[in-house]
Amino acid sequence: MKTAVIVFPGSNCDRDMAVALETVTGQAPAMVWHRESALPDGIDFIALPGGFSYGDYLRSGAMAARSPILRAVSDAAGRGVPVLGVCNGFQVLTEAQLLPGALMRNAGLNFVCRTVALTVENSQSLFTASYGAGEQINIPVAHHDGNYFADAATLDRIEGEGRVAFRYTDSVNGSARNIAGVLNDAGNVLGMMPHPERAIDRAHGGTDGLRLFEAALGVLA
Amino acid sequence: MKVNVYVTLKPGVLDPQGKAIHHALEGLGFGGVADVRAGRFIELDVADGTSDADLDAMCARLLANTVIENYRIERP
Repeated sequence: MKTAVIVFPGSNCDRDMAVALETVTGQAPAMVWHRESALPDGIDFIALPGGFSYGDYLRSGAMAARSPILRAVSDAAGRGVPVLGVCNGFQVLTEAQLLPGALMRNAGLNFVCRTVALTVENSQSLFTASYGAGEQINIPVAHHDGNYFADAATLDRIEGEGRVAFRYTDSVNGSARNIAGVLNDAGNVLGMMPHPERAIDRAHGGTDGLRLFEAALGVLA
Repeated sequence: MKVNVYVTLKPGVLDPQGKAIHHALEGLGFGGVADVRAGRFIELDVADGTSDADLDAMCARLLANTVIENYRIERP
């Protein structure tokens, strides 16, 4: 299982993501710089980490979405390679139009940094198969721009197609329908504001995030 | 050639920053402000003769996120 973490200037959760991937696969991921135009051969899983890529200039994720490596990520996603975007990674995936919608400034204008409860809305996806349908899990969030927006028709469509992976149990940031995580139509791209890589060790206060990596990386029995 | 680009949130998209500015104006004693919406102004210095199509593509592909924003191009 070969994994990759895409690193942008301003990424700051790339090392935590690498630890999570190595914990589950036993192999250190390739750390791929944004200027690269190709991924290493044989990558089975791509993670876009949290942080403030390009200083959040213009819009969160806007610059990163137009960086050379994103073309390679987009091609890989099109071939069915699983892609996980967390926090800024989620913003990058929406800006790159690999996921629908947009992430706007939190409705309360505050940076929200705490562990939140999520409901697993889709437990059938490759990322969420280790959770039970409707299960409540606890994962930390830390973001300023996590307010998920899409027009009503798009929201109805993704809900109808089971593409809402996670929902906040309570309003955290003003997100439409409390959406915390969204899948693409093929189910191999997941964007989520909460940080599963920050919940992989008992010392983190919980291991609910570890199960996402175990499911996605095929380590579950 | 200077070209001005105005990027604004689409009508109906909640603008928490505009709301905060509105509250701050009221706090300063300015009554009679019905609403505030904040946007972004971008000044481009482009080659003379840059086509409308190119300017439009710059806006659609990068300067605005058309999921949530509209843009208006003002050329001399």
